[in-house]
Amino acid sequence: MVLSARTLDSVTVTAVAPTGYADVVRDEATLRRFLHGLPGVDQVGAEARAAGLATRSIKKASKVWALELAIRCVDLTTLEGADTPGKVRALCAKARRPDPGDPSTPQVAAVCIYPDLVGTAVAELAGSPVAVASVATAFPSGRASLRTKLADVADAVSAGATEIDMVIDRGAFLCGQYGQVYDEIVAVKEACGAAHLKVILETGELSTLDNVRRASWLALLAGGDFVKTSTGKVSPAATPPVALVMLEAARDFALATGHQRGVKLAGGIRAAKEAVRYLVMVHEVAGEDWLDPALFRLGASTLLNDLLLQRHKERDGAYSGPDYVTLD
Amino acid sequence: MPTWEYAPAPEARETARLRESYGMFVDGEFTDGSGSGSLKTVNPATEEVLADVAVAGQADVDTAVDAARRAFDSVWGPMPGRERAKYLFRIARIVQERSRELAVLESLDNGKPIKESRDVDVPLAAAHFFYYAGWADKLRYAGLGPDPRPLGVAGQVIPWNFPLLMAAWKLAPALAAGNTCVLKPAETTPLSALVLAEICRQADLPPGVVNVLPGAGETGAAVVSHPGVDKVAFTGSTEVGKQIQRMAAGTSKRLTLELGGKAANVIFDDAPLDQAVEGIVNGIFFNQGHVCCAGSRLLVQESVYGELLDKLKRRLGTLRLGDPLDKNTDIGAINSAAQLARIRELSEAGDAEGAHRWSPDCPLPDRGFWFPPTVFTGVSQAHRIAREEIFGPVLSVLTFRTPAEAVEKANNTPYGLSAGIWTEKGSRILWMAQRLRAGVIWANTFNRFDPSSPFGGYKESGFGREGGRHGLAPYLADDGGATRSENG
Repeated sequence: MVLSARTLDSVTVTAVAPTGYADVVRDEATLRRFLHGLPGVDQVGAEARAAGLATRSIKKASKVWALELAIRCVDLTTLEGADTPGKVRALCAKARRPDPGDPSTPQVAAVCIYPDLVGTAVAELAGSPVAVASVATAFPSGRASLRTKLADVADAVSAGATEIDMVIDRGAFLCGQYGQVYDEIVAVKEACGAAHLKVILETGELSTLDNVRRASWLALLAGGDFVKTSTGKVSPAATPPVALVMLEAARDFALATGHQRGVKLAGGIRAAKEAVRYLVMVHEVAGEDWLDPALFRLGASTLLNDLLLQRHKERDGAYSGPDYVTLD
Repeated sequence: MPTWEYAPAPEARETARLRESYGMFVDGEFTDGSGSGSLKTVNPATEEVLADVAVAGQADVDTAVDAARRAFDSVWGPMPGRERAKYLFRIARIVQERSRELAVLESLDNGKPIKESRDVDVPLAAAHFFYYAGWADKLRYAGLGPDPRPLGVAGQVIPWNFPLLMAAWKLAPALAAGNTCVLKPAETTPLSALVLAEICRQADLPPGVVNVLPGAGETGAAVVSHPGVDKVAFTGSTEVGKQIQRMAAGTSKRLTLELGGKAANVIFDDAPLDQAVEGIVNGIFFNQGHVCCAGSRLLVQESVYGELLDKLKRRLGTLRLGDPLDKNTDIGAINSAAQLARIRELSEAGDAEGAHRWSPDCPLPDRGFWFPPTVFTGVSQAHRIAREEIFGPVLSVLTFRTPAEAVEKANNTPYGLSAGIWTEKGSRILWMAQRLRAGVIWANTFNRFDPSSPFGGYKESGFGREGGRHGLAPYLADDGGATRSENG
């Protein structure tokens, strides 16, 4: 649905919104009223609920199932200034075959890299189902003009990225310019074309859970295919209460609009145990539809090896050890 | 994609170190008593007999009260507070050390999920002993007079819903204040109190300071009406509470009663809805609703009724009912056949009076006593399920339009134990709290307990406070209630 054309930073942005929500994104004031009208989040209660879900005990077959699902949901990531084509090639090899000793190991969902290395990854992953995701929009700070951000996105997409991880303008969000944040996401979504858009909220900078809920709705209304917690460059990154609120937002958005959108948790998730706990949360909060890489991702690098080690342990009854997984 | 089934994750039953038979604990020894027979305590989740427990008769009550009197006169009363504190700290630490055993035993005997006995009952029981241990040498600073003194022998009767925790609530302040105790645990759940007695012995508590007498109503009546008992503390039904108050009338016994409740959990339209849903679940489905302060009447502002009910029903669909020993179980077994019959009877009254019953799709085990989480909508103040305490996993949903109407409906009950308020507006929380006639008022939470926070009721929910500085008052006198001065 086309709503209205607005000009932002000399880029024309055409607002879109799911059916029934056209009025909400009509102008800045209405959007603010809508976001501020969402039910509040009581932090103590959200923390208690997240802690309660973390006490689920996942054993035996249900644990193996969860470990394999977690592997399938991994966006295997390297986002360093020191990244080289060689490093990215190694990462791609790991993504295609996480555990060389066990061909039954599932492949990860995607690799996630900077835009200039997309070409390398696309070549390495040709013919495999592993997607190439690229961060863009002046990641991680997002401090650039919209034109620069869109050029960044266009670069990554033209190099073959099929998933784009953008960052929102946290400065604009925190000073209440929700319309600007919305318009930027809409413009980036348009620049993505067929590529999937993950919208990074950088929840560590949004600070309150009320903000996390508002930013999640804002990103989903603007057409984000996923909402994502963090860049991994800011602490805290993904935390259980933040994940809880984002999963609630995805669930509520689906119930309200009929559109199921994904949630990606990124930053600081290193242990398989944490990943399984997050899957429990996905299962019991968003629902079992979200137990799928199409609707849930874990941004990670070191996590993958712990998932593999735990899988060895479930398979063989004993831990193999760090020399039995590959370091890339 | 297949559904994700959580594999069973049961705690080992052996952890409970269950024995075939248990004696009563009198004057520092476990004994079979004077031959008043025994009772069989069963696992409500399977109906299997767990153990044979000796029942205390009148002669045993006499022996226990005499032992408690001797211990009070000769050891515990004269002992400096700082010395008494050492015993209480020791009991608290042993409860922590044996926490897993106690949690499994509690879940076996009571039917409550292990995650609750493990994360709530046992840690809180230890916390009560720790908290009151700290008071034992500071009684003169409790605001109860310059030289508060213990009363003597306390006769204490506790219910089956939190067997260990209620024993801790009763024993810890009484002992800290310098009283000695004769405790009667509930007929269906005597085991954890007997292990607590064992812990008292392990802590070298002098003989007679704590006595535990299992039995049914007759044993309880013998304890509370015993002329040698100076102080009676009872937690249980309002009906029995009234009998006890009649019995105590015209005697010198001091009395505190913690009785039933029919708490209103009030949800305003500006509430944090997802957390309110958790609070509703915690309010009425915690411990299968066997909670005197349970939020059994949900009062929802009409403007948010539909949204809230949808969220609540979706959430109830994720509750896991089954084996109490499984770490993933949210809803355990109903404690007894008698209680199950009462829950059924009141639920059927709800149907008959025209309320609408809803439960999530929730298969019940074949054996044992089970009742699914149940929500009644379309309930009015005139329905029995809005007035009588069900003491089970049954929520009655009513609506209101204005804050004044919420207060009026919340207070329109003979009970007054607890209430909940859900709103993001701080001023409204204070406005409501000033008007609700309930002993405990939770704001944006429910069923949270802490030893430093007083707990108790208004109206037919009883009188006297347990927990906090206030919880010392029922066990102390500043007017020569006992013969000896507190020399802590």
